[in-house]
Amino acid sequence: MSDSQTAVHVLKHHFRDMEQQNETSSFGMWVFLVTEIMFFGGLFCAYLIYRILYFDSFAAASSTIDVKWGAINTVVLICSSLTMALAVHAAQLGKRKVLVGFLIATIMLGGVFLGIKAKEYHDKFVEHHVPGPSFHFEVEPEMAEKFHAIDPAKTEIFFSLYFLMTGLHATHMVIGFGLLTWLVIAGSKGKYSPIYYSPVEMVGLYWHFVDIVWIWLFPLLYLISRHH
Amino acid sequence: MSEHIVSPKIYVLVFMALIIFTGLTYGIALINLGPFNAIVAITIAMIKTLLVILFFMHVKYSPKMTKVTVVSGFFFLLILVALSLTDYISRPWAGYYGGGSAKPANNK
Repeated sequence: MSDSQTAVHVLKHHFRDMEQQNETSSFGMWVFLVTEIMFFGGLFCAYLIYRILYFDSFAAASSTIDVKWGAINTVVLICSSLTMALAVHAAQLGKRKVLVGFLIATIMLGGVFLGIKAKEYHDKFVEHHVPGPSFHFEVEPEMAEKFHAIDPAKTEIFFSLYFLMTGLHATHMVIGFGLLTWLVIAGSKGKYSPIYYSPVEMVGLYWHFVDIVWIWLFPLLYLISRHH
Repeated sequence: MSEHIVSPKIYVLVFMALIIFTGLTYGIALINLGPFNAIVAITIAMIKTLLVILFFMHVKYSPKMTKVTVVSGFFFLLILVALSLTDYISRPWAGYYGGGSAKPANNK
């Protein structure tokens, strides 16, 4: 079993001890995540600026999205964050089978999320709400009554940002699948032990970050324009 | 530090809080609170983010260096959003005041 592994094998020569090595990797991971915060932050900022500028068009476009699927996906992603946290916990205790089980559960929940996302994208294609030559936004009378100044061209900006932000988020999840698969393979070979489990912890940080991005996308894209 | 091990009980409690806040934000979005809809949704998103960062991402149990890194990230995000918005909403010629769809007050 992996417990026979000693610190000598996993401690890189330029670190004083495992503690320093672990703190260094989590510090490095957080520096990367800070760049990710700014990466997504730019898009969130663009969204806020346009939303204030073309408020009625954005609110009307947002109200065509089905909140139900967004809410279900939020719950699915929170569940996957829990399984990921429990996977890290299993790694800390050196429970190999539990670790692999929770990692596979995380991948499966991520798959459910992307499946629902694909269904939502499909609906957008059917409704011609995908930016491009075939984009068409039908302003229904009750919508026109509720939001006074709807400009279909401006709703296209909303959907451009919608696809960009959710698409970038989905891309991160696909990368996460690759990382989790790598952990499943290495984990079932017994590469991780209570002494050395940094990769599990780092992928965990990445996965929770992706969860946080969705925690913000859900209210901003789906919820806050329901009533005005 | 030799890694603080967080008990699964805490993970499950945080998970339950996140689910409750998701239900809450969903339910409140269905009620008309005017401008407070956005404020409530953003406040709940902030609380959820904080829970994930502190417990799932172990920042509560991390060294000061990590904490400072995390805080600095959000600090710069705040600068990005606050300064950009200050610039845009203080430009009358950009359509925020008096013209187009920008100002809700026009609808009175």
